[in-house]
Amino acid sequence: MKKSFIFGAVAALGLIASGASFGGSHSGGTLEAVKSKGFIQCGVSQGLPGFSNQGDDGKWAGLDVELCRAVAVAIFNDTNAVKFSPLSSKQRFTALSSGEIDILSRNTTWTMTRDTQLGLNFAGVNYYDGQGMMVPSSLNVSAATELDGANICTNTGTTTELNITDFFRMNNMKFNLVAFEKADEVVAAYDAGRCDVYTTDRSGLAAQRLKLTNPNSHTVLPEIISKEPLGPVVRQGDDQWFNIVRWVHNAMVNAEEMGITSANVDKMRDSKNPAMKRLLGTEGSFGEELGISNDWAYNIIKHIGNYGESYERNVGPNTPLKLARGANALWTNGGLMYAAPVR
Amino acid sequence: MYSSGVKKSDLSESLLYNPKIRSISFQLIALVLVFSALFILRNNTLVNLDAQGKSLGFGFLKDTSGFSILPTFGTWAMNYQVGVSTYLDVFFVGILNTTVVALMGILAATIVGFTIGIFRLSNNFILKTFASIFVEIFRNIPLLLWLFIFYFAVLRNLPAKRDAVFLSETVGLNITGLYAPAPLLQAGFLYVVLALMVSLVAAVFISNWAKKRFLATGKKIPGGWISLAIVFILPIIVFYALGKPLAWEYPIFKSDGPILRRGFQSGVGMMIVPEMIAVWAALSLYTAAYIAEIVRSGILAVSYGQTEASFALGLRPSATLRLVIIPQAMRVIVPPLTSQYLNLIKNSSLAVAIAYPELVSTFGGTALNQVGKEVEMIFMLMCVYLTFSILTSMFMNWFNSRMKLEER
Repeated sequence: MKKSFIFGAVAALGLIASGASFGGSHSGGTLEAVKSKGFIQCGVSQGLPGFSNQGDDGKWAGLDVELCRAVAVAIFNDTNAVKFSPLSSKQRFTALSSGEIDILSRNTTWTMTRDTQLGLNFAGVNYYDGQGMMVPSSLNVSAATELDGANICTNTGTTTELNITDFFRMNNMKFNLVAFEKADEVVAAYDAGRCDVYTTDRSGLAAQRLKLTNPNSHTVLPEIISKEPLGPVVRQGDDQWFNIVRWVHNAMVNAEEMGITSANVDKMRDSKNPAMKRLLGTEGSFGEELGISNDWAYNIIKHIGNYGESYERNVGPNTPLKLARGANALWTNGGLMYAAPVR
Repeated sequence: MYSSGVKKSDLSESLLYNPKIRSISFQLIALVLVFSALFILRNNTLVNLDAQGKSLGFGFLKDTSGFSILPTFGTWAMNYQVGVSTYLDVFFVGILNTTVVALMGILAATIVGFTIGIFRLSNNFILKTFASIFVEIFRNIPLLLWLFIFYFAVLRNLPAKRDAVFLSETVGLNITGLYAPAPLLQAGFLYVVLALMVSLVAAVFISNWAKKRFLATGKKIPGGWISLAIVFILPIIVFYALGKPLAWEYPIFKSDGPILRRGFQSGVGMMIVPEMIAVWAALSLYTAAYIAEIVRSGILAVSYGQTEASFALGLRPSATLRLVIIPQAMRVIVPPLTSQYLNLIKNSSLAVAIAYPELVSTFGGTALNQVGKEVEMIFMLMCVYLTFSILTSMFMNWFNSRMKLEER
């Protein structure tokens, strides 16, 4: 009796002590944690065609998904060493800061508040977007300034709520905002006629439009009312992990700039070009400095492709989304995609 | 005590086996464990937040919120304005909207639940079958699905925004909501409210007196009717005497002009959004199904002998139900009814799925994403729901104690 009681007390204290020590574990050392569990946990959307969407076979695909797969390839040389957590826009930051996911790649806008107050860091921009508005063509509206008195449907917990509020206030127009938790309900309500306007990022409009009963009877208005640089997010305070995610994206953009594709990467590996040699790991030890293997970028390009390939495959003009490169073209082609050099 | 002659054993003299010391020491240990757990929890939170570059604090409540909220009771009562109102206002808007839908839901669920529960025991085949189908359908489909069914069923069946059905000259309905005249209180209306309060007190007094007199003398006075009359007549007299200090703002419907300006004009008259109606309907009917079963079980718990005895005394079936069965059944009904009310209040947080701006959607959703103070904001949300639940429990416990068997 006496013994078992003492044993119980010691066990309880031990439990508390262990609880105390595991608390700080996810503030740093994400790479070690990821390596020991053997996969990365990637937060994605609940279904945004072209960016992160589950196909009929249950596999996740999209521009944001491929960024996560590229990180997995850089660490494990395996496109499938990644598990996906579909998150609502409301849940996403909490999931990241609580350590439930290692990287948030979920069409998330980089803003100052989020960067400075949420304890998060944006590792780059993988899609330059802007908020747009879609209206039924039957309304005969040609400009957003004609929308006084409109009902507007959107998601809760996003910058779109703030942007649309700012836009209408700036133009002295009245509106009613109907904010849903999930994008599917926004689309359904807009489709049912609850709102005159559906507003979200223009890439999102192009994707969600496909879910409407009559995609062709809706018009996207010309105004872009905000800057929405979308990119991957990691927890603040783990610079190594931050660097890996940032350089995975940079490597994909650099590869496109150098003309390296998944088809010719083996041939390019023998190139004399020192910049290419550094990127593909035949010269220097850039990968090791990141804490991963030196052929990290080679593997990414081999298995996933460069940024341009990923873009064309998921959201480009030949996909249902039909999004032209626009601002997302390389800087050499008049776009904004510009990556720091590997050297 | 010592008659058996057994000496007190050595064991019982040891402090370790002294029951009093044992019970106290175990409680002390439990207390220490609980407090150290709380302390570690707090410490961990602070350390982790610090590691993420965040701090604790409620200063954000004073910042202005930059987003707009669907016009509802809360935004109207708090006079919510973008760019002026603060996050604290958002918090109150959420609380008010949750309260409104919870109170209305409890009211409707109780009425529907009692009706259906009594129908289930009816001898009428149609009523009985209808009630059974109602209970089985609403109980066996998840609430979230009911929310979607009601919301999208409502949306799909209402006239479009630039169209409307008019229920009367001033009450209209379309997909953007139900529009009705809004009361505008004029100076002097306060006296009407005062008159109403006075007459309510008088009514309670009169009905108590009538009851007492009935018990003492057996003479029946229609105390209920008299107090009802007082409640209505006095305020109406005051209302007219003051020259009707109440104006109405009628909704305006335009069927021509610029296409976006057609339909009901926003901000004129009273508007109830379809989201609110759907949440209310789904919550009430879903909970009503459970309440119906509770009522049925409560009535069945009263032995049939009570009914027979009542009939033998010559009471009619309706009087039997009202005076003999229900009062006894209430003792069985009230405790589980309380937990249904609590469920309804907590379930109202599902309304975020269909855009009704209640607490979890506004403060726990949009505002949380803008400020990112998870710990503080979730703590506030927990406090609110806890307060709601405790208040409900307290009220129901009070009600239950009044319903208790009075033994004479």
